[in-house]
Amino acid sequence: MWCGAGLNRRHMDFQSIALPTELPHQIPLFQEDCKSIIYFIFTNAYFQIFYSSKLNTWVKLLPQQCSGIIGINYFRFMQIAQQIVFVIALAVATYFFYKNVSKIRRNILLGRDEDRTDQPKKRWSIMFKVAFGQTKMVARPIPAILHFFVYIGFILINIEVLEIILDGVLGTHRLFAFLGPVYNVAIGFFEILAVLVLVGCILFLTRRFVNKIPRFHKPEMKGWPTKDATIILITEIVLMAAILKMNAADQILQARGVEHYTEAGSFPVSQLLVPFFESFSSEALIVFERIAWWFHIIGILIFLNFLPYSKHFHIILAFPNTFYSKLKPMGQVDNIGAITNEVKMMMGDPSADPNAPPPESFGAKDITDLSWKNIMDAYTCTECGRCTSVCPANQTGKLLSPRKIMMDTRDRAEEIGKRMDSGITEPDDKNLLSYISPEELWACNSCNACAEACPINIDPLNVIGQLRQYLVMEKAEAPNELNMMFTNIENNGAPWQFPATDRDKWTTEI
Amino acid sequence: MAEKIHVPTVAELNAKGITPDVLFWVGCAGSFDERAQKITKAMAKILAHLEINFAILGKEESCTGDPAKRSGNEFLFQMQAMNNISIMNGYGITKILTTCPHCFNTLKNEYPDLGGNYDVMHHTTFIQDLINQGKLTFGKGDYKGKKITYHDSCYIGRANGIYDAPREILQKLDAELVELKRCRTNGFCCGAGGAQIFKEAEKGTKEVNVERAEEALETKATIVASNCPFCMTMLSDGVKHFNKEGEVQVLDLAELVANANDL
Repeated sequence: MWCGAGLNRRHMDFQSIALPTELPHQIPLFQEDCKSIIYFIFTNAYFQIFYSSKLNTWVKLLPQQCSGIIGINYFRFMQIAQQIVFVIALAVATYFFYKNVSKIRRNILLGRDEDRTDQPKKRWSIMFKVAFGQTKMVARPIPAILHFFVYIGFILINIEVLEIILDGVLGTHRLFAFLGPVYNVAIGFFEILAVLVLVGCILFLTRRFVNKIPRFHKPEMKGWPTKDATIILITEIVLMAAILKMNAADQILQARGVEHYTEAGSFPVSQLLVPFFESFSSEALIVFERIAWWFHIIGILIFLNFLPYSKHFHIILAFPNTFYSKLKPMGQVDNIGAITNEVKMMMGDPSADPNAPPPESFGAKDITDLSWKNIMDAYTCTECGRCTSVCPANQTGKLLSPRKIMMDTRDRAEEIGKRMDSGITEPDDKNLLSYISPEELWACNSCNACAEACPINIDPLNVIGQLRQYLVMEKAEAPNELNMMFTNIENNGAPWQFPATDRDKWTTEI
Repeated sequence: MAEKIHVPTVAELNAKGITPDVLFWVGCAGSFDERAQKITKAMAKILAHLEINFAILGKEESCTGDPAKRSGNEFLFQMQAMNNISIMNGYGITKILTTCPHCFNTLKNEYPDLGGNYDVMHHTTFIQDLINQGKLTFGKGDYKGKKITYHDSCYIGRANGIYDAPREILQKLDAELVELKRCRTNGFCCGAGGAQIFKEAEKGTKEVNVERAEEALETKATIVASNCPFCMTMLSDGVKHFNKEGEVQVLDLAELVANANDL
């Protein structure tokens, strides 16, 4: 029965003839539905499609003929063939990943130089606390717990991925099984983690699309950003389901003593799926286990190569980005050294260097004027929107969204990078200010709420400040009231039009 | 205390061969803004009451350059900073007290790089220190049991990580501290920062200070304590927006402390 059919019928019943007292009779039917839903998710379409298509015959017949021609055993042939395909897949995936990460590295280094290597001890400690320890996530407990599931699942299940990769290369099955009880506990633990990741991702999808948490539905989230998030969550769900399916088939094969399937692992979760597969022949199970195994690892390799195109790249950059955090007080904005020299010369300070070249430009108009750390921030951003949800300007309906500032910075870096990739050397007629409007920049309260809220120490305020510097010092395009304020400071030493001589007037009234 | 207080300038003390222990940096708001002057006076009274050897720069003081810096006018900021530094270094100033978080942040964090190295304190930590040293006590208990809520200014709070000193002062006043929904690291701006106070706000659905004042009124506190002359303006305006100025007072911590000592 199609999994939705029962649900539809029940829905009809409820609307038409079923009285509340009759509902208990529907419960067995509901259980049937649940079973069929679980069946659909965990045995799922690809297996059925595989068996109903000609692929099945191909996969069986072609190797049989090939092994006959080469003159080796069919199973041995299948093993070697899989090893070769796996090594090729791994090499291709690694190559493209390396290539795309190198491009991101190049784009980050388009930014100007800035030293962020002082106090290494403190930096390691921040990275350990904020990235590994997720200390800034706890400010919002529910997503913190869900994210912790997915995060810990990601880190630890990677140990199993290492085994999967080695198995794939060496043609072994559960290579680490020699660890015995440790291995069993580990596999059991990974299964529980896989379920936690599944639950986490499903609830994340629910928060995003059912609860419609406002920060996920700001204007800058339209289109690709939301698709990106959905792809990530669904891929993780599908990958975790594949692990459980693989283990379910595996344990039946192990119990049946099928060759190659040595008894190893404990399966607290996937054993619940065993009833779905028990009726399968061992041959079908092997195919099923292999498909799930391949689906899982190829899925991971594809996902790995999706990262450089996705906000999900934070799983890598979160670590260096927190390492290179700002160590100074949040309120401190670095003074521009080139200007210091100019001002000193103007004031006749003997410590000024008269031969120093005058600054070429002030502030930032494009990502190449920003620091490399600003661009790293942009590539690290996973668009969670905590910054925007605490921004006083955004919360009172202004155009400014700190998340958008970071997304625009990344988009512009990507745009410049793509031009470089296609060998175009002359600059285009765009810059970062083609993405970010003055209205957004002037709405900022410089309150640091965005930087404080970011779980991985991204600093949108820093970018806003540099863009403001460009608008004021290069373009003289400050809002009129601010220009008046500048004039007042120059003339009266105060932002308002009061005579400087009145500054101590209050002392006469005390 | 009805007697008149003499607030000396550094130049005046210098002529007598005295260097003040503490330079009281008044700041532009504290000097010119009528409401903020009250904070300045309260602080001066506390200093005089404790017979601290302090002085102001008077007419020699000039804007720290903070609003210029936040707006992106680095030139103007550095010119202001270097002028101020040359004056302060000329007098051999080592310790600065200020009632303005913006002056505090700039003097403390952005001046050293330009040659101005001072021990800078905001009045919240300064007063807290005096209390801890036993120099400042509160006998009268004017605020005993009164519901007071405290607004973290961005430049004392997040920008410089001072969250406890102001709260401890309120505790010493025996007041009942009711926290705002968004407080400490999660504090919500009053709407003045980033040079916003000097311009009209961008188009939006609400004013930031109205949003914050609304939150303060939700606490049912009768006093909103602040530590910044700009927050003072914004919150007072916000309270007025809801026509609550008769019931809810916005007071600076310095004023609370001065009142509690009948200064």
